[in-house]
Amino acid sequence: MTAHKHAHHFKDADHEFSASKMGVWLFLCTEIVMFGVLFVAYFLYHHQYPATFAEGATFLDWRMGALNTVVLLLSSFTMAISIHFCQKNDSKKAVLNLALTLVLAAVFMVVKYLEYSHKFHLGLYPGQFFSYQGAESANLALYFSFYFLMTGLHGLHILIGMGVITWVLIRARRGDFNSKYYTPVEGVGLFWHVIDLIWIFLFPLLYLVG
Amino acid sequence: MSNLTDKNYLNCEKGLWSWLTTLDHKRIGVMYLISIVIFATLGAVFSLLLRYELFSAGKDFLTALQYNKVMTYHGAIMTFMVLVPGIPAVLGNILLPLQIGAKDVAFPRLNLLSWYCLMAGALIAMISLFTTGVDTGWTFYAPYSIGSAQSGTVFVVLGAFVMGLASILTGLNFIATIHQLRAKGMTFMKMPLFVWGLYATSIIQIVATPVVGITLLLLVAERLLGVGIFDPKLGGDPILFQHFFWFYSHPVVYLMVLPGMGVISEVVSTFSKKVIFGYKAIVYASVAIAGVGFLVWGHHMFVSGQSDWAGVLFSFITMFVGIPTAVKIFNWMTTLYKGSIEFRTPLLFALGFLFVFAIGGLTGLFLATLSTDMHFHDTYFVVSHFHYTMVGGAVMATFAGLFYWWPKICGRMYHELSGQIGFAFVFIGFNVTFFPQFILGAMGMPRRYFDYLPEFEHLHAVSTVGSTIVNIGMVIVFVTLYRAWKNGEVAGDNPWGGTTLEWQTTSPPPHENFTKEMEVSGGPYDRP
Repeated sequence: MTAHKHAHHFKDADHEFSASKMGVWLFLCTEIVMFGVLFVAYFLYHHQYPATFAEGATFLDWRMGALNTVVLLLSSFTMAISIHFCQKNDSKKAVLNLALTLVLAAVFMVVKYLEYSHKFHLGLYPGQFFSYQGAESANLALYFSFYFLMTGLHGLHILIGMGVITWVLIRARRGDFNSKYYTPVEGVGLFWHVIDLIWIFLFPLLYLVG
Repeated sequence: MSNLTDKNYLNCEKGLWSWLTTLDHKRIGVMYLISIVIFATLGAVFSLLLRYELFSAGKDFLTALQYNKVMTYHGAIMTFMVLVPGIPAVLGNILLPLQIGAKDVAFPRLNLLSWYCLMAGALIAMISLFTTGVDTGWTFYAPYSIGSAQSGTVFVVLGAFVMGLASILTGLNFIATIHQLRAKGMTFMKMPLFVWGLYATSIIQIVATPVVGITLLLLVAERLLGVGIFDPKLGGDPILFQHFFWFYSHPVVYLMVLPGMGVISEVVSTFSKKVIFGYKAIVYASVAIAGVGFLVWGHHMFVSGQSDWAGVLFSFITMFVGIPTAVKIFNWMTTLYKGSIEFRTPLLFALGFLFVFAIGGLTGLFLATLSTDMHFHDTYFVVSHFHYTMVGGAVMATFAGLFYWWPKICGRMYHELSGQIGFAFVFIGFNVTFFPQFILGAMGMPRRYFDYLPEFEHLHAVSTVGSTIVNIGMVIVFVTLYRAWKNGEVAGDNPWGGTTLEWQTTSPPPHENFTKEMEVSGGPYDRP
């Protein structure tokens, strides 16, 4: 086990921890603002084209969305548990839970893939590639622009999340983390929870609100 | 008294590689300075092309399309590559940790990464020069930017996005640094005012930049995929683009000016040998400007078709920005009052700032007023107004700061007379360039046009002469600074009798900034 040494400009490890955590929170603020813009645009157009958004939602399968919601909530739980085990000096269980988080994230992406291919099959492509013919309301393509942009950006964050979870998993296996030093796991965990939280808003807005 | 052969941050490691991989905030600041001077030179060349094309009526050496592209590059480079990173990334990087008695910023690696983001973004944007370029203006308004035949748009927009990341990382780093790394005893109300300026700036960077970031990505998606969110043909709303764009781009002009105001507070206090008047008022004014700045974006859109009520509300809130700004200006003037003033180059630039920024601010009120804005909208009046605030304000303050801290940054003193001559050229040239543009605007000269009616010719010619003078001034300023760096006289640790912490360490400072733990008891400007 290699002991972590705090950087020279901090007083001690706690000092470094609180600064790092603040940095992560500030970064997450920017993520929330960024998604917030998309939500604002969503609400504006939902207000402008209620029939379009109602029709668009009928193409989505709420059961798939609900499944993915449960999957992500579970993954948030395993993520939190892995931090707990880092604090308890139990690297083995921490690694196991990080691996579980990764698996759940992968399940999410597989479900997303199935959903996307179903849409593509129908010709519900994003933007100018939209080729579905049976639309009843105007600008149905716009609804799917929102669907693909919002879930696409969110999916990209899931992939990035999987990347950083793999990184802390490798470090946890190496025994880098212990009750005195687990900053990276904490930071990745916060990121992961915010990504989940964004999905918690995406799911009802896209799948349930007609 | 320091000796320049001692180990300091400049000579502790050698070679280009040691610079490109450095984690030292001071070195990163110097790298920012060099890159931004290069970008500014490029932006200035574009501005001279514009001014010389406009020297006389009719087509001279640019076609209308070329003119539009040159104008776009001038605006985009000066905004995203010079003014936004300008004071925070250069002076902020070098001085923030020194002023709060810290060894470095909170996240040195992130700090270096943000410089690389700026470089990468600049590179991506510059790729567009090898395509057919971009002609949208720096504002990239939809739907023109969606349909424009110029293929460089995507590169410039993506470049601006990546440079936005740099800005976010700097802001994040500074907030964490200010919260976590202040010297013992330095409460928030004992921080130097430049630090407060940076704090207010960083809040804007964190809150506003993601908005423009996603908006620019949506614009890229619009061009590549045709998603339709800003495209009226597909049911989208181009006005929404303007809302999102100005939600960032209005606060961003305060992002350019707030740290500059911080510089002015330092310079005015030091060179009048007085405690700053109304420290708390200046602090609250900084935060108020940052906060209110988020609620005024609609004043860019008075004629866009937004509702009358929105117009009235935005007009009212915009007026409100004048109050904290005026509070600051009165505080600086009161600080100067009965001070023992020393007219050195930094103070001259600070006084220049007061003069031009007052004009820039007051003409802002003309534009915030609904009825007068109907007349001035999209004329040279607007062009002149924002150059008075952003160039007159931000650039004058940058020069004030550079001359003020140059002895600290490189340990050597600049040549006073050449500094003052540089100031004279910049100040006179700037006013000769832009004051006629107020008159042109009031006469009805529209902005962005490559040609004009014959009656505007005299004033355009005067403006072009002015732009030449101001650029000569810029060259004098940078030659003065460069010569000081190379072989100026050794400056000593505290040549101005400054009271803030950066003057208590050697010049240039050692790698770790201070040789001992710093501790603070009194206010930042207390004089013994």
